[in-house]
Amino acid sequence: MQALYAQLLVGLINGSFYALLSLGLAVIFGMLNIINFAHGALYMMGAFVAYFLLNLGGINYWWALLLAPIIVGIFGMILERTMLQWLTGLDHLYGLLLTFGIALIVQGVFQNYFGSSGLPYAIPDQLKGGMNLGFMFLPIYRGWVVVFSLVVCLATWYLIEKTQLGAYLRAATENPTLVRAFGINVPRMITLTYGLGVGLAALAGVLSAPINQVRPLMGADLIIVVFAVVVIGGMGSIMGSIITGFALGVIEGLTKYFYPEASNTVVFVLMVLVLLVKPTGLTGRAA
Amino acid sequence: MKTRSIASLLLTTALSLAAAGVASAQDKTVKIGALSDQSGLYADLGGPGSTLAAQMAVEDSGLAAKGWKIDIISGDHQNKPDIGTAIARQWFDVDKVDVIVDVPNSGVALAVNNVIKEKNGVYINSGAATSDLTNAQCSPNTVHWTYDTYMLAHTTGQALVKAGGDSWFFLTADYAFGAALERDTTAVVTANGGKIVGGVKHPLNTPDFSSFLLQAQASKAKIIGLANAGGDTTNTIKQAAEFGIVKGGQKLAALLLFLTDVKAIGLETAQGLNFTETFYWDMDDKTRAFSKRFSGKMKNSAPPTMVQAGVYAGVRHYLKALEALGGNPHDGVKVVEKMKSMPTEDDLFGKGEIQPNGRTIHNAYLFEVKKPSESKGPWDFYKLVGTVAGDQAFTPLSESKCALLKK
Repeated sequence: MQALYAQLLVGLINGSFYALLSLGLAVIFGMLNIINFAHGALYMMGAFVAYFLLNLGGINYWWALLLAPIIVGIFGMILERTMLQWLTGLDHLYGLLLTFGIALIVQGVFQNYFGSSGLPYAIPDQLKGGMNLGFMFLPIYRGWVVVFSLVVCLATWYLIEKTQLGAYLRAATENPTLVRAFGINVPRMITLTYGLGVGLAALAGVLSAPINQVRPLMGADLIIVVFAVVVIGGMGSIMGSIITGFALGVIEGLTKYFYPEASNTVVFVLMVLVLLVKPTGLTGRAA
Repeated sequence: MKTRSIASLLLTTALSLAAAGVASAQDKTVKIGALSDQSGLYADLGGPGSTLAAQMAVEDSGLAAKGWKIDIISGDHQNKPDIGTAIARQWFDVDKVDVIVDVPNSGVALAVNNVIKEKNGVYINSGAATSDLTNAQCSPNTVHWTYDTYMLAHTTGQALVKAGGDSWFFLTADYAFGAALERDTTAVVTANGGKIVGGVKHPLNTPDFSSFLLQAQASKAKIIGLANAGGDTTNTIKQAAEFGIVKGGQKLAALLLFLTDVKAIGLETAQGLNFTETFYWDMDDKTRAFSKRFSGKMKNSAPPTMVQAGVYAGVRHYLKALEALGGNPHDGVKVVEKMKSMPTEDDLFGKGEIQPNGRTIHNAYLFEVKKPSESKGPWDFYKLVGTVAGDQAFTPLSESKCALLKK
């Protein structure tokens, strides 16, 4: 039984990354109608920016948490301005192909210069060590990841669902022409939203840098699972993606305990089941 | 039916012998295929560096000046046996490749082994670990350079059991390599009076090991044996440190660790790990000279791993055998027989030999990862702890189940 508690907690930790990443994807899909396949590459860039800040600029983890999402977010906004914005109104497939291409290029460039096995990034001194919970030894850093990402997820949900700015955003998605008539700069808002989604990915990247290797393919390995999370949660649903992210982390963790061989397929099995029963996802609205 | 197939066999043999006879004396063209994981978790230990090693071997052989024309092509098997065999088939059928080198990932390596035997090519494997390549699944077309699971088990594994690590829990990559390494290590552990208390099989290329590590921790085994490689090993070691596994008194046995893995983990976390390799760039003047030339040509200035060094040494020996034959007979079995008949000697592995089962025998070295304070350069990672002679490290012929030995 004790082992089970430990597995639940570990699952929650992985769920935090799924939640943060799928949240960014949901924001981008919900507001821009773009299936952002470059999300994994942007997550990877977040981790690399943290690595560069530390090793080239001597800037520590805490600043990286703030700076990396901004830097990568700006990169994302440049992408949106120069490329993605021309795809408005076209079939989803175009956005998917473009962002997939961008992901391949970004990953290729990083892989060319940094190889595939990755670079080490140490856990910040303040979060080193762990505490004994009785049923398991919890590394403090992992606990921090769960708490921090939960706060970020809820803040994003609040921003979009409960504030004036969020209301404009949602209105702009429904009817851009009308919102423009009220004197709101819709294209700029779209750009900023993409920047926000990308920033969330980069933030997840910084959070994961001390746990995983800072590797060019770290995002490519994760993005497929995260897409499954988004599909299960319902495309574009903010709360759905947060809850599904955490829940699937836990389910995956339990699979690793009971039947480890299936641990990297269980998410997809669930996706198939959900799509069969409820094609719009667990919390998705009908299109 | 039987007589007919024997007759056709004789006929084809006669034809191919005739063809080989015509081709041998004059033909000085060679095509080398470097098949590896070019972008995945094993790309840094093999990958583009292995292709570079093969190129350097061709240049250093000096055969071009003697009128030989040697081409190298490379391919990415993506750690998938079906892709690996498809590339190998195309290379033999369409591109007329003579020899395939490297091929990390035991699953792919064993699949490609069958294709090469069928096509009568030459196989110089350096990247794969499974000892089956020169044991149960040995082939007259195959030479296995560098290392194998038997060697890893009988060096690192044995040393740990003898130092008191008598109960083991395995974290095993769920494919041919992990299974072979676990099997060979289990044999050593039990033979030395230790016992296996449990294990878990994880999928290849797993980013998060915390669930598996907790199971290992709960087992209370003295040694957690890592029967995995590359990115899987680096993630396991890094995350084991996070969960306080080593501080809790359990010891990690990195049964297979490469130079690039140590770089990825960082000395802070990796220090003190014991493991075995057959090549390290900083062994003597010769290895340093080679490594300097090699890293000068690598994009990230990395020195060669033992896998890449094995590709270099294997290709050098292959070309020596071709030169001794006076031309390329395009007959895999014949070339491999010649390779086996000549003692091996190169700057990287020193003197050695290729046994009748295809296993290359050379020294193996027990290393320990340096403390950060002991490291003087970006790749200064290892201290030498001990040397195991080749005949002690690799499968004795008396234990080998290779069919080639029963002639």
